[in-house]
Order: sequence, then structure tokens, then C-alpha cells
Amino acid sequence: MSFQVVREYNYAFLDEGSKKEIRRTTLKAIAIPGCQVPFASREMPIGRGWGTGGLQLTLSLIGDNDRLKVIDQGNDDSVNAVSIKRLVENCTNVATTNQSEQATLIQTRHRIPEIPLRKDQILVFQVPLPEPLRRTEPKEEITRRLHAEMEYSSIWLRLYEDIIKWGDITIGADYPCMVHQRYVFNPSPIPRYDLPKLHQANGLYLFGAGREKKIYAVPPYTDVVPLQFEDYPFQVESFEGLMCHLCGSDSSFLDEVYDADSGEKKYQCSDTGYCEARQQERGKVEWNGDL
Amino acid sequence: MGYVAVTGGQRAIEKANQLVDQYRLQDAEKALETNEIQSQLRLLIDRVMGEGGLYAPEYAAIALKQAEGDPAEAAFLLRAYRSTLPRNYYSRLIEPGDMRVIRRISSSFKDIPGGQMLGPTYDYTHRLLNFDMRNEKGAVKEFLERLGLGEKEIENASSSGKFQKVIDLLREQGLMAERTSDDQIPFDITRDKLNFPTTRSARLQLLSRGETGAMTALAYSSMRGYGAVHPTIGELRVGYLEVHIPYPLDDDDSIYIGEILTTEVETINSFTQNDQDDVEFMLGYGMTFGQNEVKAIAMAILERSLETSGSSPTQDEEFVLLHIDSVEANGFVSHLKLPHYTTFQSMLDRIRTAQKEQEKIEVKS
Repeated sequence: MSFQVVREYNYAFLDEGSKKEIRRTTLKAIAIPGCQVPFASREMPIGRGWGTGGLQLTLSLIGDNDRLKVIDQGNDDSVNAVSIKRLVENCTNVATTNQSEQATLIQTRHRIPEIPLRKDQILVFQVPLPEPLRRTEPKEEITRRLHAEMEYSSIWLRLYEDIIKWGDITIGADYPCMVHQRYVFNPSPIPRYDLPKLHQANGLYLFGAGREKKIYAVPPYTDVVPLQFEDYPFQVESFEGLMCHLCGSDSSFLDEVYDADSGEKKYQCSDTGYCEARQQERGKVEWNGDL
Repeated sequence: MGYVAVTGGQRAIEKANQLVDQYRLQDAEKALETNEIQSQLRLLIDRVMGEGGLYAPEYAAIALKQAEGDPAEAAFLLRAYRSTLPRNYYSRLIEPGDMRVIRRISSSFKDIPGGQMLGPTYDYTHRLLNFDMRNEKGAVKEFLERLGLGEKEIENASSSGKFQKVIDLLREQGLMAERTSDDQIPFDITRDKLNFPTTRSARLQLLSRGETGAMTALAYSSMRGYGAVHPTIGELRVGYLEVHIPYPLDDDDSIYIGEILTTEVETINSFTQNDQDDVEFMLGYGMTFGQNEVKAIAMAILERSLETSGSSPTQDEEFVLLHIDSVEANGFVSHLKLPHYTTFQSMLDRIRTAQKEQEKIEVKS
């Protein structure tokens, strides 16, 4: 299989013309933060809706000097992350890593790593539904016009109706935000916990929606503000009083897991790279203690 | 570790990939040869080429073998291969009137110039399971002997000539709108993202790449009452079309690069749908790779339906065009198999908060 990929296909799978086109679209997206820029998305050798947008960004940017990290739900070892890593390894000379600090390029689905991005790092998001206004308007023709006119009353109304009906805003992940006082955007289904990391960050965030054929970006030092009301402020997921049962972290996003044997509820870091590093660190400390 | 659902990814994937091959071959006496797939699963090959958007019968056979016969998976394999190929040429305009026809019918007129020609069709076979298929051995020679035909006669029957188009009869009589040809450079859906409202050339391309079942269902809904279109088939023809590309050194010259089997359908639609208030029939147009008649008819219905305005699903271009693509629909529906546990964690957080809110309200009241 890997043999075939190397022989029959170009470096980084896409032909050079396609890569250039994607990079030009990316530059435009960076120039207009939060604006969804259309591009002629290519069919990729992984499922449409399984990260093809992110993958096209990654492959259009990647070169021999890069180091790649791929996570799915924060997890380096999740099957889809592994599958994407294998594909990139098969068609480039790039080595992968689990440590976010060692990576130049990180492709992610539904999480931002716990350790903040540096200015020489790019985080590529896989985006299922790029259009924040799709929650209230199914037609693309109309949502494009609403963005052009900055007409966002329908999404505000949707939040207001949530509060009236349920007592609070019910949007869990993929929480709509205002980018630099201009475009409302979907940050991809990252938890609300990750949203503050987008605001005035050091690194570059790129968003690729393959099926919906759009690229958008949050460049460094850009304002990203979740939609909220004065009396109903934006809230992140609460993990108060909980900690990771593996690394002991009490300040990371935790997944709720159930022990296969005992059925007991436990919590563990969703960012496995971060958790692993902390476990090693802790192991060292404990070992030294024993000496 | 108690939680093992999605860890150990690397090894799990390797084993799963091995299992695919194992299941594909474990009960086989001998592996299927791709040339047998290509020659005997003709209609499946045609369908997969159409939905994959790549006319390559041999590659379609490889894809079908690799995908254990799943047409969606095979179309996806072709599409993902095709997307890596550079776009070197656009062909010269192809005139379906010049088709080397193997089948051609009209539902509008009993007698048409050149005559009706049934050709290879299941339409009038009785759908009785043919148990003799179990014992079918050998190939074309025995078959011909059984029918008492020589190879020559078969060849003659499958290479009939050109026929005048039925629709042209109506045009000559002023019953069908005479439209001037539009020399605009067509939109290329593989090179540009669609914006809405889109152009007719983009619509036709998307429809001809659409998924057969999805298009048939939508066209059926239009005929049954959720829409305006219930046409008469002016002509359905299946046959071979020659493809030429411009000669690179001299633009006036052309090079013949081969022929493609296609199905073309032209439907006749009520003059009440005429948007220019002329009392003339309106044309619906469908064309697919290979022999895929139901899809070509469905395409002609949907294409016409999208030219009319109204509130039924098949009159909504975004609704039709964005949901009939096999690769995209299959991909997104099946992506639900991916883990969603951080998103789900956010949902848990919201439902617990909302429950607390509800309890507060209940206590108050």
C-alpha cells in the first residue's frame, strides 16, 4: 500500500497546482480573519467529512523540514489521527511527533492542545460545518449575504430563545464567536474550554472544511470573542474538583471515562500528548524521591 | 487501562486492514479477475464511472474488486484517484446527434425516423430468477451457439448507425424552443467551488456525477406530487461518442483520443412551464457515462425541475445539488462513526446545567 502511494502519487499527494491554489486561498483567509473563503476542495483518499479539509491544508503546507502532530479529540493514538498520520508519512518524508511543542504543524479534530501555540507553529482544524448561521438558515446563498451585511440578528435570537426555553445557552461545542469585530464564525467543534486560546494568540490557526469547500483563519493577535449576553456570560465546561487519574492534572480538559471492569467513573486528560509528558515528569520526580 | 475503545490505534488499523483482505478472499476458490468484472458487471462499472466522474472501465473494475462490490466505495476510490490528476485538456464539443447508437427509444412518437431500437435492455425481461445462471460455463462462444448466431451478426447488431434526433422534429415544427447555442466557457466543478445561484453548466455537471439512487428518489418525488415535473421522454439513446481534443501545436486541428459509451435523455415538458411565455415545449436534459438509463431520466427531470420556481425540494438548487453527491453524502453520514467524546463532554456539561436550571424553576413554582 505504502509502496503504491509513493510511486503513483505526487509528494504530499496533491499535485503542485492544487497545492498552490490552496495556499493562495489560505493567504486570503489570513488577510480577512474569520471570513469563509471558498476553494475547489479535492477528493482525498480518506472519507469526505473525516478531515479532508484539514488534510488538504496540511498537505499544501508541509515540507521536509516540518514535524507533524495529528490529534483527534486531543488523542494522538485515536484511529483516525493514526490513519491521517500514516497517509502523510507515506507520501512525504515528514516525521511525526506526539509532543505539541516539537511540532511545526499540528492537525486537529475537536481540540486545541493544552500547551499554548508558539508563533512558529500552525494549528490546522478539521471543520465539519463551517457556517455558524446554518443553525438558523439552511441556504448558502442567503448566509453569504448575511455575512456580507454583518446581519447576525438570527444567531443572537437563537441564543436568546435558548435562555427563554432552557434557562441557559445550550450550545456545547462549536460555540459561535465574533472574530475581530467583523465575522461570526464556527471554531469547529472544540469544547468551549478551548475558545479563550484563540483570542490574541501567538500562533496561526487555520480551518479547513473539505466537504463544504471553505478555508478560514484566525491569524495571531486577533480578537476572538464568544457570543454572550451581559447577564448570561459565556461559560466554559466546569471540571471543578476533578483531576486526571493518570497525570493528576487539575487544570486540563478532562474526558469522562468508565472503567471497563468496575464501571467506575473516572476522569482523564483529553490531550494525550500533554498527559503523557506530565506522567513522565511525575514518574521522574517520584523516582528521584525514592533515591 | 480500562478504556480501550480508541487507543492502540496503529496496530488496530493494521489488523483491520488485514481483515478487509481476509474477508474479501477467505471463502474464495480463486480471486476475481478484474477483466471479468469489467466485462460481466457492465452496468455496475458504468454506474461507478459516472458517480466517480472518471471514464476508465478498467480502473472502475479494480475499484469494484477492491471495494468488494460497494458502488459508493468504488466511486470514492475513482474520485480520490482522479483528483490527483492534472487537468491537461478540455475536449472539443461533442455532438450527441453523431452518436453510434446501440439503443434508442422514444415515448412520444410511435414511429420515429430511423425507427425505435430496443437494444440491450432489461425493460421487457421477466424478473424471474434464472437458476441456469448457476451452471453457466464458458463464455461468448457457447452463448452464440445457443442462440444460433455467428459473431458477425452480433457485431452488426451492436454497431448501428447515426439517427436524427426526435427533439429536432419538434424544433422543425416550432413546438420546441429553438435556443441559440451558448458559447460561454463552462464552469468546472472540479476546479472551482460552487456558489449559489449557480450556472446551468455547473448544475449539469453535478447531476451527471450524482448518485443514482438519490437522484432517482428525488426525481420520483417530483413526479409524484412534490414538484412540477412529469415529463414525456422525447428520446433516450445509448451509444458511443467520439472524443477529440485540440491538437497542441495547431488549435484548428484535433486529435481523436477514443470513444465513450453514454446515455442521453431528452424529455419534453409542458409548455406551461415556459418562463418566456412562449407556447413551446420545454426541454429537460440528462446525460451519464455508460448505460445508466434511470439516472439519465432522473437527471433530465431534476435539471428541468431546477429551472422552474416553486417551494418543492426538487426546485431548490442547493437542496438537490449539495445532497446527491455519493462521496460527500457517504462521507459525512459515516463520519458519525468517529469518536465524538469531547463534543459529547460539552453536551453533557450543557444538559447537566440545563437540568439544574429546570430543578430551580420547579422548586420555585
